Amino acid sequence: MADRIPAKQEETLGGYVLHNVPFPRELNPETLALLKHMSPILIEQLYSITYVHSYGQDSPFFAGLSNGVLLGCRDPETGYTYPTPRGHDMYSGRETEWVEIKPEGKIHAFTVCYFGSEAFLSECPFVLTQVEFEGCDTLLLGRLVGVDPNQAGIHWIGKQVRGRFLRNSKFTPTDIYFNLVE
Amino acid sequence: MRTVYAISGGVSKFAKARPDKTFQAVVKEAYDYAVQDIGLEHRQFNQLVDGSVVSYFSDHFARQLMAGIMATDYLGLCPKPNHRVEGGGATGGICFQEAWKAVASGYMDVCAAYGFETMSHVETWKGNEFIALASDVSFDYPVGGFYTGYYAMMVTRHMKEFGTTVEQMAHVSVKNHINAYHNPYAQKRNRYTIQDVRSAPMVAWPLTRLDICVMSDGAAAAILCSEEGLARLEAAGAHVPRPLVKVGGIGRGTDAMRMADRPHQSYDDFLRYNLLPHEDTSETRAYYQDLWDAGFRYPGVHSFRAGRMASREAYKNARIADPLREIDFVELHDAYTSSEVQTYEDMGLCRYGEGGPFAASGKAFMPGIDYGLNLPEAPICPVNPSGGLIACGHPVGATGLMQAVFAIWQLQGSIGKHFRDSTLQVKNARRGAIHSHAGTGTYVTVSILERGE
Repeated sequence: MADRIPAKQEETLGGYVLHNVPFPRELNPETLALLKHMSPILIEQLYSITYVHSYGQDSPFFAGLSNGVLLGCRDPETGYTYPTPRGHDMYSGRETEWVEIKPEGKIHAFTVCYFGSEAFLSECPFVLTQVEFEGCDTLLLGRLVGVDPNQAGIHWIGKQVRGRFLRNSKFTPTDIYFNLVE
Repeated sequence: MRTVYAISGGVSKFAKARPDKTFQAVVKEAYDYAVQDIGLEHRQFNQLVDGSVVSYFSDHFARQLMAGIMATDYLGLCPKPNHRVEGGGATGGICFQEAWKAVASGYMDVCAAYGFETMSHVETWKGNEFIALASDVSFDYPVGGFYTGYYAMMVTRHMKEFGTTVEQMAHVSVKNHINAYHNPYAQKRNRYTIQDVRSAPMVAWPLTRLDICVMSDGAAAAILCSEEGLARLEAAGAHVPRPLVKVGGIGRGTDAMRMADRPHQSYDDFLRYNLLPHEDTSETRAYYQDLWDAGFRYPGVHSFRAGRMASREAYKNARIADPLREIDFVELHDAYTSSEVQTYEDMGLCRYGEGGPFAASGKAFMPGIDYGLNLPEAPICPVNPSGGLIACGHPVGATGLMQAVFAIWQLQGSIGKHFRDSTLQVKNARRGAIHSHAGTGTYVTVSILERGE
């Protein structure tokens, strides 16, 4: 256990605002040459944007989630069905049609994330799962909620899951999440 | 297509951070090394080269659009032809192949390929976010965008399908870190044990911190030329090492961006489109039939069809029938120990489903190095003798080119000169493969490099 306690202080950004750095008072060949040995100046720059994203032809999927419905896409002729929406079939090139998918399936693959991207750090540990649905040919990525991350094991694969929908939609794929069916 | 020679290369020291230089100056370190290694001055070479290709992965990490031309400008290569290529983790491998195309097609006689990434400008979790933007931002990223998580999911399926174990994966980490102990360009040069790997902090179950490559700052460069280009360089005084190294063949493959969309082929299509020549035996067909009967479907999320397509095409072009026995070493894209295991299978070093036992067999280890492991079999084809991404680091736009440079040096027999240590020199290496990989197996390149007679 002791070797899991970090001995290194975590590096963070922020700190004092610095308005000057050491620099030779006089410039001459000697001091100019010394500039080659100067440490680099590092500055913090805020890098932030608000981006307007369009779900385009996939929008009904998110409208469906916000109304408690899981929609998928189906090739009208071959019946090839995608639980992760796709406006056109990858084989026939035909435009797909919307179909309702019963939000019950099986865990195809999963992981427990103990670390991650900045946007999700506060949610760690969380469980990602690829869910397979009866009658569908591909998978859907979602969160598995209500399981103990410490009990993760390959035996989770194949277990039945049922989708639940957020009451307050965020209009992201996490508007549906999954629980194990005990 | 014309014969293309890969005559020289250079790599900057890969490091967690290189605040001492801008990206252009880091690229110049690698470029200068490649030019000086054939005995030319900067001005001379820049007159002789016909053009270049530059690669970097992320405009977010660079926080600079058109950073490629800034590197080209800094190297003094304007106004000659140049373009930037980008393809996720395979960016460097694609760059190498684009330079090959320029020469093979006759467009250029001498082409420089260089790539870089500077990933230290943001904190690790923001870097994870930038990388995860290379997944579908509508359906993958918002669920918990994190590449280690994606790869962890894939390997849980591999474990389920084939019985692969975390200890088998840890063999890859031990091997690659210990190899890198002898590579001065590597970012992490440590000796680890299986226990160290498994007891490291868990990042995404079952992958620990030591199963995963790190973010890096770094650059790499390679020089490719035709017969005519070689003659031009040598007439100007270049000392191009013999034996010459030529590009024996290239291959590329792709797959759906979202791993959830990976289609399942029929058994007949699996055999028709994916079987490698050496697998086309009654014994292996029976093996795959048994797997299929047990529920195996291809490619699924456990295998990289793009890697198999790239390998198949490269082997065909380089006339390789049995990769394990006809390739002397492989530098492959081990962003994760699990992906090295998966890639053994895609590249046909073993059959699908056998990657785990292959990892622990000893076949992919370097001879003559003490790994502290009880390996049941002798090395046949060392994989990632340089230490791979796991130990060298992964400055994305440079990584595939780094593999090319190490492969050039292996085939020249000059590892001792460049590493100042001959431990990692593959004895009598005649043919090597480099493998670059993007996304969750979205773009994959395989290039075969060969020692000339």
